[in-house]
Amino acid sequence: MKIEGKQRLWNEYQKDIADNHYYYARSCIRQNYFPGSENAFLRILRDYLHKDVCDDPHQTTCTGIAYHSALIPFETTQAVVARQFSLMNQSNYKNFIPSCVTSFGVYSEVIETWNHFPETLEQARKHLYEATGRVFSCPENIVHTSDIIYKFRMEIARLSKYKLIHHITGKPLKVVEHIGCHYAKMFPKKGVGGAEFPAVLSGMIEAWGGEVIDYPERRHCCGFGFRNYIIKENRGYCISNSKIKFDSMEPYKPDFIVTNCPGCTYFLDRWQYVIAETTCKTYGADGFGIPVLTYEEMAGLVLGMDPWDLGMQLHQVSVESLLDKMNIQYNPTKKHSGYMDENIGIPEKPEFLKIQV
Amino acid sequence: MGLIELLKKDVRFQEGLTACINCGTCTAICPAARFYPYDPRIVVDTVQRGNEADILTLLESDIIWYCGECLSCKTRCPRNNTPGYIIQALRDLSQELGCFIKSKRGRQQLEVKRIIGENMIRYGYCVYLDEIDLVGHPEQGPVWQWYRDNADSILKRLGANYKGDGSGTLRKISDEDMLELNRIFEVTGAIKRFEKIEKLCEAKVEKA
Repeated sequence: MKIEGKQRLWNEYQKDIADNHYYYARSCIRQNYFPGSENAFLRILRDYLHKDVCDDPHQTTCTGIAYHSALIPFETTQAVVARQFSLMNQSNYKNFIPSCVTSFGVYSEVIETWNHFPETLEQARKHLYEATGRVFSCPENIVHTSDIIYKFRMEIARLSKYKLIHHITGKPLKVVEHIGCHYAKMFPKKGVGGAEFPAVLSGMIEAWGGEVIDYPERRHCCGFGFRNYIIKENRGYCISNSKIKFDSMEPYKPDFIVTNCPGCTYFLDRWQYVIAETTCKTYGADGFGIPVLTYEEMAGLVLGMDPWDLGMQLHQVSVESLLDKMNIQYNPTKKHSGYMDENIGIPEKPEFLKIQV
Repeated sequence: MGLIELLKKDVRFQEGLTACINCGTCTAICPAARFYPYDPRIVVDTVQRGNEADILTLLESDIIWYCGECLSCKTRCPRNNTPGYIIQALRDLSQELGCFIKSKRGRQQLEVKRIIGENMIRYGYCVYLDEIDLVGHPEQGPVWQWYRDNADSILKRLGANYKGDGSGTLRKISDEDMLELNRIFEVTGAIKRFEKIEKLCEAKVEKA
């Protein structure tokens, strides 16, 4: 195929990503499990890229986990989404950027529903008004926060202090990128590269010097499954699906995994710990696991942010193997310090996953 | 009104069922089908045939509760069906009619309500640090225990606003905003569903 033809085809997989003035919608999972990542995102946008972002205290959960567990009616989710949009209107913003991939899927699904079934939009307006007295209009632009980092990946590359390159061998680090299912599988046109060729993370990795691993189960779900995780006795589903991915990626010896979904980051980190505890199997070298990063953490490291300010000490799979490969300067003794540098102890078995037998 | 007519009132059912050709692509791609006695192709075929007795059996079964709602099926179906949307409609109808109480997996809605539902009503978040301990979540591991034991100091170091007023990570959601959220839950039927789940599960226990 001619280059022009390829470019024309690729253009169909692009999306419009606003340039500035964002209304940030926070994620329940990211705030709890990766509490440094949302701050890192705001720092990158405000301090490095000089963008305007609204961090509104009035927003709540989007209800995504409850919705996908069938706990609440679709009408409830639509009205909560409508309220989030009303808050955005009230703050005079038009570009809505959710941090959570489940939320991004929820917002996309609700807007598509309103477009296909206009009576549901009217019902959502009625419900919101009756419950809160609010009115709303939809965002002009709605993208996931990873789309924003993707959009400015070359600017970040120019500002970078570190590359995704092994400092001794000079070779690109080998990276597994995992895209949350609800980013593009539901609505392929809403993801950069669509569902077949999602480029949102691979674009960042390549711009910052790394090499993307293409492995057989690359597009398999991490295994969250909502009620399949919430209910303790169902969790075999989650870990089994994550294990499918670990087993598939292992022969390619990834240096780290990065995902754009907070749930996926969490599961790919924690299930490595459980597999190590229950079977003594680790997927990295020397008893370590494969570090699992949020895309904010990956961008933060590239920009030279301190890994402990990014909150990477809260991962169950330790990240030092990656920091050492990138030759990132960090103070190991600060990893487990408190706010005032006070001694708050250390976790049990903080370094290795593998049980000593 | 018949069950199929009730299903057709759900926009997700309308969107999810166009014309299934029974190719089985959804089953091939489905993470739940890999581990559970679950076959989305058969679910779609059942609702497409429209036999009321078979649909009732589905509504009262474990089958509709296995799906992980990853929506991989939406991407892959060559005829633009979405088995995951059909499952959403079946789950809602199962709860509307009280059928969920007849299956073990369906009755798990009580636990979902008591965890996620109560988190939303109490905190305004679906999940919340204070409620996640190693007894319920041993997979969190020792780092989580250290984090929970030192949450105030660690979160302050990371620039969070844990339980604080105003914006920021893990901020306290104000009473005024919680009131709006809970009013939405009342007006749109979420509270009614929570009460139904509690009531029917309690009745089931008493009967047993």
